[in-house]
Amino acid sequence: MAGIELLSDQGYRVDGRKPNELRKIQARMGVFSQADGSAYIEQGNTKALAVVYGPHEIRGSRSKSQHDRAIINCQYSMATFSTGERKRRPHGDRKSSEMTLHLKQTFEAAILTQLYPRSQIDIYVQILQADGGNYSACVNAATLAVVDAGIPLRDYVCACSAGFVEDTPLVDLSHLEESAGGTQLSLAVLPKAEHLALIEMDSRLHQDHLESMMDAATQACKDLYAVLDRVVRDHLQEVTTSIGE
Amino acid sequence: MLKSKTFVKKTRSGGIMKIVREHYLRDDIYCGSAACSVCPQKDQVLQRDTNLESTLCARPHYLMPDTNVVMHQVDILEDLVISNVIILQTVLQEVRHRSAPIYKRIKDIIHNTEKHFYTFTNEHHRETYIEQEKGENANDRNDRAIRVAAKWYTEHLKNAADKDLRVILLTNDRKNKEKAEESGLLAYTCEEYVKSLVANPELVDRLASIPDNENVIESGRIIFQEHFQLSRLQQGIKSGTYLQGTFRASRDNYLEATVWVHGDNAENQEILIQGLKNLNRAVHEDIVAIELFPKDKWMAPSSVVLEDEGTAEDNIQFSLTFQLKMEIQESMLKNWRQYCGMLSKSQIKEAKKHLFTPADRRIPRIRIETRQASTLEGQRIIIAIDGWPKNSRYPNGHFVRSLGNVGNKETETEVLLLEHDVPHQPFSQAVLSFLPKMPWSITEQDMKNRIDLRHLFICSVDPPGCTDIDDALHCRDLENGNVQVGVHIADVSHFIRPGNALDQESAKRGTTVYLCEKRIDMVPELLSSNLCSLRCNVER
Repeated sequence: MAGIELLSDQGYRVDGRKPNELRKIQARMGVFSQADGSAYIEQGNTKALAVVYGPHEIRGSRSKSQHDRAIINCQYSMATFSTGERKRRPHGDRKSSEMTLHLKQTFEAAILTQLYPRSQIDIYVQILQADGGNYSACVNAATLAVVDAGIPLRDYVCACSAGFVEDTPLVDLSHLEESAGGTQLSLAVLPKAEHLALIEMDSRLHQDHLESMMDAATQACKDLYAVLDRVVRDHLQEVTTSIGE
Repeated sequence: MLKSKTFVKKTRSGGIMKIVREHYLRDDIYCGSAACSVCPQKDQVLQRDTNLESTLCARPHYLMPDTNVVMHQVDILEDLVISNVIILQTVLQEVRHRSAPIYKRIKDIIHNTEKHFYTFTNEHHRETYIEQEKGENANDRNDRAIRVAAKWYTEHLKNAADKDLRVILLTNDRKNKEKAEESGLLAYTCEEYVKSLVANPELVDRLASIPDNENVIESGRIIFQEHFQLSRLQQGIKSGTYLQGTFRASRDNYLEATVWVHGDNAENQEILIQGLKNLNRAVHEDIVAIELFPKDKWMAPSSVVLEDEGTAEDNIQFSLTFQLKMEIQESMLKNWRQYCGMLSKSQIKEAKKHLFTPADRRIPRIRIETRQASTLEGQRIIIAIDGWPKNSRYPNGHFVRSLGNVGNKETETEVLLLEHDVPHQPFSQAVLSFLPKMPWSITEQDMKNRIDLRHLFICSVDPPGCTDIDDALHCRDLENGNVQVGVHIADVSHFIRPGNALDQESAKRGTTVYLCEKRIDMVPELLSSNLCSLRCNVER
């Protein structure tokens, strides 16, 4: 029979959003007291948890240390219960390794690593429920965790996924929309100056559409930035009032 | 507002998967009526003044059909008289799920602005969304959703509109109608309503008659009769109840076919079969077993040329006018080969199942499942048939490979060669190994065993530039006044010994095929254009 209709004629997606609308976002910082920084984010049904340790002495091999900057060590893992079918290998498989590398590259661009030579910053991210936009949720959670840890950043790193259906770019794809086949773009930006930290794209896309898709994704990242900023300020408010007392 | 939909699904491997999806409810979905002063909408599709005059409802009104009315009475909805209709998202999704052609037709009607059909996204509207209650099945839940939406519309138009606009729910389901009337809605069956339009009596003709016991078009309905077991057929053939023959589909009429019965006494009967049900899933060139009808039901072949447009899926009402003549009990031997043709994409975007139209008109259309429909659309492709389930209008098949774009010379040549079963692959190494080694010349042994005719004038009649000259003629006067005419042919059997791979391949090819710019040789070029070619000035 026919597949799922990703965009109705009236302009509504499967879950009722318009093409440029994000899912409901809820985030909390400082969830783990033993880590230097931690954050938990829910983007729709995708739930990600990020934990940051550092900057600290390099553990393991001394050979990896850089004399003028900190190295960033990332690990991305998915809980076995996060997907529809139980995931047998939480980390170490190809997809996870690729994600780890992407996260590393993203944060190397954003964190002011020159301030901490010969040290190491660890970022661990885990997906608790995967419903599309895994990479974006990880990046957003990691940003909040890094802010919570007090590590200086150039700017927030906001990430969002985008797809393309019938001449309309869709933003913040859910798992259903991702698995319908079709192009998928993941974009990580530093919103204020619109600097791109990472772009990743699957499948094929006509070059005329790339511009509109990137614009839609950048705009979504900016909307996301407003939300994350709000979360950080609220958290700060909470913390300062509790300290004050 | 956010709700979540949770349900369990069975995976292909038999496991159970729990699916959780988000469902957002909005409050910016508007009613679409030009008469409404509350909704800040840009496009007001439903008009203020409806021109439908019905004796049942004196006021101007909008119509809201339910799923079965849309499925069965789409002809009425297409009529120019009917306008200002609200199609709910629930109804539209159900139609999409059940019937692709009707879905396409209703979408076309909606896009036609003169008909003023409005699609109301009731599943995402905060006030008209309902959740499935305990003990309620999917159908009841959809019916309730339709009633809730109708109620909302009635209330909304009462408060917002400055005119007295009503909403009429059209449903053929008795229970639904009763429940609607209980909650204060105006509900009528489609028949009642159409008959009440006194200004347009011709609409009554377009009413499709549905019997009371819902003739729901489900995909599980069995269309064809079960095929019998082989043992039963063989018994029947021996006793004479059934006849065995080759099935030959008619090129002009897809509902007709003939079966050529194998007769013992060289008497081959040709038996006519008409009607889809009687054809019972036989494909051209299958060996079938048939049962004859009594003589009073025999028919002549139809003189109408019928093409299978594929508009009515799973609908077999076209056999009504023909008398049933034969039934095919079983395809005893399925002679399915690979067929070339083109894909006709399904009208629903994102659909995975499409219909394939073969180049040979005697083969029925085949349903295949593919994700690359858009790439394959303008190409010639090869499909193989897998089977024909008894509840399916078309056989199922799968994609084998693509030949290239339509109109491309190589592709079209390839299609022709494949359809006419012409072997055109290059000769294999095994075959080539039996060729004589070059340079070849006539040996002493050959001179002894053959007559030397090199002194005669022998000429060939092939056109200049021809390389495979297989015969030549000579003509000379004899001493006694007679004329001697000789025909010289190449001694191919000298080069191709009986039984080897070269011999078998040539036997399989049978002939050289001459196309416009290509020539497919029966025998490798070394022989056909060189050693076996009676060229001038060389010894052959």
